[in-house]
Amino acid sequence: MSSRALVLLVPFLVITAFWLMARYESKLGHDPTHKSYWERNGTVLGIAFIALVAFWTLFLVTLPYLYMVVESFHPRLPPAQRGGPNDFLTIAQYKSFIVSPTDGEWNWIHMGNFTYTIVVSAAVTFLNLCICYPLAYYMAQSGSAQKVRLLMLALIVPYWINEILRAFAVRLLIASKGLINQALMGSGITDVPIDFLGSNTGMWIGLSYANLLIMIFPLYNAIESLDKNQIEAARDLGAPWWKIHRDVVIPYAKPGIASGCTMVFMLAAGSLAAPLFLSGPQQRWFTMTVYDFFFQAFNWPRGSAYAFILLAACITFVMLVLKLFKVKLGEAIR
Amino acid sequence: MSAGVELDHVTVKFGNFTAVNDATLDIRSGEFFSFLGPSGCGKTTILRTVSGFLDPTAGSVRIGGQDMQGIGANKRPTALIFQNLALFPLMTVAENIAYGLRVRGVDKMARRKKADELLDLIALKGQGDKLVSELSGGQKQRVAIARALAVEPKVLLLDEPLSALDLKLRQHMRNELRAIQQRVGITFIYITHDQGEALTMSDRIAVMSDGVIEQVADGKMVYDKPQTPFVASFVGENNPFPGTVSKATATGAVVDTAFGPLAGLNPNGLKVGDKAILFVRPETLKLGKGAAATSFTTEVESVAFEGNMTHVFLKGAAKKNITVTVGRHGGVKMPAQGDRANVHYDEAYGLVLPEGKMARE
Repeated sequence: MSSRALVLLVPFLVITAFWLMARYESKLGHDPTHKSYWERNGTVLGIAFIALVAFWTLFLVTLPYLYMVVESFHPRLPPAQRGGPNDFLTIAQYKSFIVSPTDGEWNWIHMGNFTYTIVVSAAVTFLNLCICYPLAYYMAQSGSAQKVRLLMLALIVPYWINEILRAFAVRLLIASKGLINQALMGSGITDVPIDFLGSNTGMWIGLSYANLLIMIFPLYNAIESLDKNQIEAARDLGAPWWKIHRDVVIPYAKPGIASGCTMVFMLAAGSLAAPLFLSGPQQRWFTMTVYDFFFQAFNWPRGSAYAFILLAACITFVMLVLKLFKVKLGEAIR
Repeated sequence: MSAGVELDHVTVKFGNFTAVNDATLDIRSGEFFSFLGPSGCGKTTILRTVSGFLDPTAGSVRIGGQDMQGIGANKRPTALIFQNLALFPLMTVAENIAYGLRVRGVDKMARRKKADELLDLIALKGQGDKLVSELSGGQKQRVAIARALAVEPKVLLLDEPLSALDLKLRQHMRNELRAIQQRVGITFIYITHDQGEALTMSDRIAVMSDGVIEQVADGKMVYDKPQTPFVASFVGENNPFPGTVSKATATGAVVDTAFGPLAGLNPNGLKVGDKAILFVRPETLKLGKGAAATSFTTEVESVAFEGNMTHVFLKGAAKKNITVTVGRHGGVKMPAQGDRANVHYDEAYGLVLPEGKMARE
C-alpha cells in the first residue's frame, strides 16, 4: 500500500473515535437526570450532527495536515513520476534544513532564519506581556467602569480592519517618507529619515500590535477575578506596589499569563503579513521561507517539512515555558 | 507597643455623599474600641481612613500622636483584618502569616520562627505547611489575626471579621478575640453592626448613624444612658412613646403620650413644650398596676414564649407594638391575646430624650 493511501485510513479511525464517544455517552444515560446524546437530538439530527462535525474535522482539518505530513517524507517529483519507482519515503526534506542538498554544506541560512524567528517571537511575546500586563491590570482592578469601556473599545476597534491593511497602515506611518519621519524632520529633530523598516522596528511594532488583544484578554480575565481585598491586604501588610504584583497578582494571574504568552508566541512565529510588509531586507521570517517553497519553488515536500519543523519547535517551546512556570496545559487553555 | 488613635474633625466625602461627617474621637492606647452602627453608617469608611486606604476630605488622623497625612497604608503602624479575611490562597498558612515580614526583608529562618510562635498563639501548632483552603472557617479567622499580628502593629483594625461565621463559632471567637487583645495589649478597633459583639468585647463603643458619631461610651452607659433616640432604639430593644413635655424638673420630666402623661428621667434638661420621646426598655416594663405617672393600659396583641423569657406584645399608639419581656420566674399570670393589660415601670427606667431620628426596624 502506498503511503499516500495510508492517509485514507484516518477517516475510519476518526469515525471509530466518534462512535466510541457516542457509546460512552449512552453509558452515562443510566443517570436519570442525564439525557443521552440521542435522546437530546433524536436519531436523524444526531446522525446529521455527527456527520457534519466528522466532515469538518476530517476533510478540512485532519486530512490536509496528514497529506502534508506524508508529503514531507517524499522527494520532490514531477506529477508524471508520482507513485512511480522514484517515489519513496525519505527524510531528505528534513535533512535539507540542516545540510544543504545542493552543496552538502551546513544550511546556515535556513537554520539562521529559523532561530531568528523563534528568538524574535519569544522577545515579541515578552514585549507584548510588558505592554499588556499594566493595561489589563488597569482594566481589571483600578480603572473606573466608563474609562475601562472606552479603553476596551479603543483596543477592539482597530481589529475590525484586517491584518494586511493594518500592517500596511503601520508601514505608511513609519516609512522613510512616512508620517512619523516627516514630522521628525519637519520639527528638526533629525535631518535624515530614520530607517524604521530596515532596522526591523516596524516588524516589532507590527507583530506586537497584531497580537495585543490575544494577550490582553486572558490576562484581563485572570486578574479580574482577583479579590481586591487581597491587593489591599498585601499593601496593608507593608508591601510596596511591585511586591504586591510579584507576590499576589502575578502568581494569581499565572494561568492567564501562560495562556496569553502561548498564543502570542504561536501566532507571532507563524505570522506572515507583519514580517512581509514591515521587516528589513537582512533577515527573513521563517514563514516566508516556507511560503517560498510552496509558491515560488513549487517544492511542496520541502515546504511541508519546514512547516512541521516550525510547528514542532513552537510546541516544544510552549511546553518548556509551561513547565518552567509550573502551569498545567489545562489551566493555560481554560 | 501600642498606640492611641485620634480623629480630629475627620470628614470623608465621596462626590456629594458625606460618608463621615466631622468625627472627633480619641481612642486610647491599648483599648478595645468598637464602632457600632447599621450598614452604610460610615464605620467602614472610618476604618479605611485610619488604615490609610482613604484620605479624609477634611480633618486629620493621628496614630500615637503622629499625623498620618501623606503616609500610605503600607507605611502605617496598623494592620487590618478584612471582612472576607483576604488570606492569600496560593500561599501556605505559614507563608500567609509571615508575608508582612517577608516584604520587610526578614530572612527565612526568622520568618519561620515568628510564624511558628504565632501558630502557637492561635492554637494551630504544626499546621503551618497546610494550604489556606484546607482550614475551617474558625481556623482561617485565626490565621488572619496571626497574619496581622506578625507585623507587630500598634493598632489592629477589624472589619466585621466574625460576620461570615456561624452563631456558635461567632460567640466562641468573641471570647478568643478579647483574650488575644488582652494578651498582646495593643489597641483594637473593631467594626460591627452586631451590638452583641460590641457590648461583650469592647471597652468603649462609638455608635454611628449616617456618618455621625452619636455617642461614645462604655457598653453599659450606651445601653443604660443612651444620649440620642437613635442610640436608644439601635442598641437593644426599646419602646418609644413620642409626645410633648408637659412637666419638667431638674432630674425628671413628664411626657404627654398617646397613653396619657408618663414620667421618666430628663438627662438632657428638656423644657415644657419640647417635643420628646420617652423610652422604656421591654425588660423594665412590668405587668400590673403601678403609680399613675408610670403606668398605662392597653390591649394584648400576642404572647410569645421563648423558654427563658416571654415576650408580651401590646397594641401601641402607632403600628409598632409595645413589648414587655417577662422573665421565667416573674411570678405573674400571663395575660391572653385580646385581654386588656395594665403595665407599669419604675420612673428611674423611663428616659426622656429630645425628638430625633430613630433606628430603622
